[in-house]
Amino acid sequence: MVKDQEFLKLKASYCLDLAKKMGATDASVVVGHSISETVNFRNKSLEASDRSDGLALSIETYLGKRRSSISSSNLLDENIKTLIEKCFETTKITPEDEFNSLPDKNLLSKQISSLNLYDQTRFENDKKIKYLKDLEEAASSENQIINTESSFTENKSNFILANSDGFCDGYKTSSFTTSCVTVAKDENSMERDYEFSSKRHLSDIKQASDLGNKSAEQTIRKLNPNKIGSEKISIIFDKRISKGMLSVFASAISASAIARGTSFLKDKIGQQVFANSINVIDKPDIIKGMGSQNFDSEGVNSNTLQLIENGILKNYLVDTYNGKKLNLQSNGRSGGTTNLYFENGNISYEDLLKKNLKSLYITETIGHGSNLVTGDYSVGATGFLVEDGEFRYPVNEITIAGNFKDMFKNITLANDLELEYSVNSPTMMIEGMTVAGK
Amino acid sequence: MSNFFNKSDLTRQDVDKLVSETLNNCDDGELYLEESKSESILLDDNKIKSSNYSSDLGFGFRAISNEVVAYSYSNEISKDSLKNSSENLKSTLKSIKGTYNHEIPKSNKKFYKDINPIEQKTLDSKLEVLNKVNEFLRKKDGSVKQVTASFAGEQKSIEIIRSGGESLTDVRPLIRFNVSVMLEKNGRKETGVYGIGGRQSYDDYLKNDNWKNVCEEAFRIASVNLESKPAPAGEMKVVLGPGWPAILIHEAIGHGLEGDFNRKKTSAFHNLMGEKVASEGVTIVDDGTIDNRRGSLTIDDEGTPTERTVLIENGILKNFMQDRHNARLMNTRSTGSGRRENYRHIVLPRMRNTMMLSGNQTQDEMIKSVDKGIFAVSFGGGQVDITSGKFVFNCTEAYEINNGKIGSPIKGATLIGDGPSILKEVSMVGNDMMLDPGIGTCGKAGQGVPVGVAQPSILIDKMTVGGTKI
Repeated sequence: MVKDQEFLKLKASYCLDLAKKMGATDASVVVGHSISETVNFRNKSLEASDRSDGLALSIETYLGKRRSSISSSNLLDENIKTLIEKCFETTKITPEDEFNSLPDKNLLSKQISSLNLYDQTRFENDKKIKYLKDLEEAASSENQIINTESSFTENKSNFILANSDGFCDGYKTSSFTTSCVTVAKDENSMERDYEFSSKRHLSDIKQASDLGNKSAEQTIRKLNPNKIGSEKISIIFDKRISKGMLSVFASAISASAIARGTSFLKDKIGQQVFANSINVIDKPDIIKGMGSQNFDSEGVNSNTLQLIENGILKNYLVDTYNGKKLNLQSNGRSGGTTNLYFENGNISYEDLLKKNLKSLYITETIGHGSNLVTGDYSVGATGFLVEDGEFRYPVNEITIAGNFKDMFKNITLANDLELEYSVNSPTMMIEGMTVAGK
Repeated sequence: MSNFFNKSDLTRQDVDKLVSETLNNCDDGELYLEESKSESILLDDNKIKSSNYSSDLGFGFRAISNEVVAYSYSNEISKDSLKNSSENLKSTLKSIKGTYNHEIPKSNKKFYKDINPIEQKTLDSKLEVLNKVNEFLRKKDGSVKQVTASFAGEQKSIEIIRSGGESLTDVRPLIRFNVSVMLEKNGRKETGVYGIGGRQSYDDYLKNDNWKNVCEEAFRIASVNLESKPAPAGEMKVVLGPGWPAILIHEAIGHGLEGDFNRKKTSAFHNLMGEKVASEGVTIVDDGTIDNRRGSLTIDDEGTPTERTVLIENGILKNFMQDRHNARLMNTRSTGSGRRENYRHIVLPRMRNTMMLSGNQTQDEMIKSVDKGIFAVSFGGGQVDITSGKFVFNCTEAYEINNGKIGSPIKGATLIGDGPSILKEVSMVGNDMMLDPGIGTCGKAGQGVPVGVAQPSILIDKMTVGGTKI
């Protein structure tokens, strides 16, 4: 069983009391406990099982405007005492930073509303095994599939965040995650693809056979790929890739990147950064949402934020420290976005495929080719050539490149948004990018 | 060396007995204990932004029978916790019986000293270096708009207890010093990053004001990029400089030669043992035995002494990298490549220091032989799709080559290639093999481990460059 609130509160207040006693002017602490169990399958038989049980503690101590932190997994009182002593000694010799402080008391979350983020259902390993058997049975039904690997992870967590201004709160969360990776082979090629499902509640997880079938189908259609020539072409990003554009956008508008001046979106508040049909929302209070939260990692209340309205940048993601630097109030985004999404566009998926005579549909990218300072983007990609709205043949060993500043302004979104994960996007088309191939 | 049980309710005899009882009917497994102490100190935006110390202690208990691995970890070292884990392993493997393999090779060679680098330099003197870096770079040139500098240090003590009470231990120091600088000129911004590190004390790397060299290199890379033009798009010849660009070898070849992917036949290399996979003159080794290198290990995380494993010899595929589990299932021996990020993770076959050895040509000859292509000197990260064999890596410093001469710098671009065929496109191997500066971290299955790479300059006849200019 995951440790209860009382146990975690006891540890948290022990830490705060001790830090105060040693002379810290302020302190904050997070104590968490997490239990997770994973079963791994391969080719329809058990491959591994893995159980983890972990406590974690992190403390920040302040002496005026000096601050330092420690973290540990060892929660014995004796060890905590040694660590807080060490932390406070370090604080004393760390230089002052005028922006260091606990969050503004008025902004702290006052009450917790139930977001239904915890499902106490215990899915025994035997049941996980049954689920994965069904999944791999479905995944391996076509004879081109030569290898299947799948896993099911159940996680239960609890935490308490407390600070010396009296904030002390936390809540339990759970997650159930299952994934499948399939390998398909023919005379000319071997390809891999995947499918997964991750939910707060067990009953919302996709059917095992659906997941297996989808993974197999996505893998088989990649067999026997071609390399295409280098050209400018309109690119359609499958939903699992298009949401990555939002993650890049979120990193570029974090107050820390803005304050440091290392973002291509610095000083762009109030300006057009996306095509004028685009709206981006970050909504923390979605029931059962994978990114939902009652407060951010500093205890600050978080409300729904419209980040982009008709293409115009409205807000940065602000935490206490960087907010002070920028002269902005924290908007409860220390730790980043919550449930982030593009609002739907007004064209169907089918019409998006047909919009150009020829386009490239991307299902996977590899590499770390996003430069947040310049906005330059260049990654390896795999996908399909689309002509007249039809998938013609698989494509690989190509790169796609552009600059986010231009790409964001040339986005067209389909109307197929599903709010499944913490970052969500409809299918996306971007015109004017370069493909490098032959 | 840590004594993992002196603060618990366990005696050494209790532990040995429990480990033997749990593992006796299994093919392999061990109790892995780990204590780590780490620090990170960061200067950013003219200030000491954070100073963090962290201590972690825990165990991972593993039992393997046939193809099934049962694993359980906890950060509570106690009788109850260990018993729970043992029960957990037994219940997973209840229907599968094995025969424990007691054999494990021994060596008394050590590739680094038992030091704690965190305690070998005072916090004050670390802060002083970071402040000096900031001042030095900001004074150096008006275009410097942002400086980030950091120290990261760690000492990790491990003990492996096997069935029968055999115990193997290691103490591993690791440090890294990093500088990143952003320049702004005529409305353009570019960054340059450089770092150094390995398994010695901070001062071994920082003597003779070596931090200045790190600053100069970061500044140089950023300055080059301020002048960069859009990169070309399409297939062309590529000259790679020596040292860090060997992450091409790591991505294109290294991952595909790890034992697990080949046992499962999901690697593009699984049926190529003994075949020609590279041009003549190409020899690649994975070496865990180089003194004080970031990827070196005295013993791996299963207790096997590391070694220098020849992967490709003169173009022919010779060996995969193995941990005990995959080696047993493939009827071969462990190459001392079993690694894990920490006690929370299972062991996987991983790279250590992956190196292409020198040939006898010069970089000059390579550049002169190219009509149109690029010269890539420094890289960010890379990634590979093991199954299709396609890999990428990102240039952070590269130049055009026109008619045998190095031309203008080009913007960061991704290079993409095909692992099993790329080394057949290597037409010249340089005589200038160089190790990387000690900064690599390799990710696999969500686990990061420190690694090294090395290579001489090489000429690749055909590779796709992912620029924007057609």
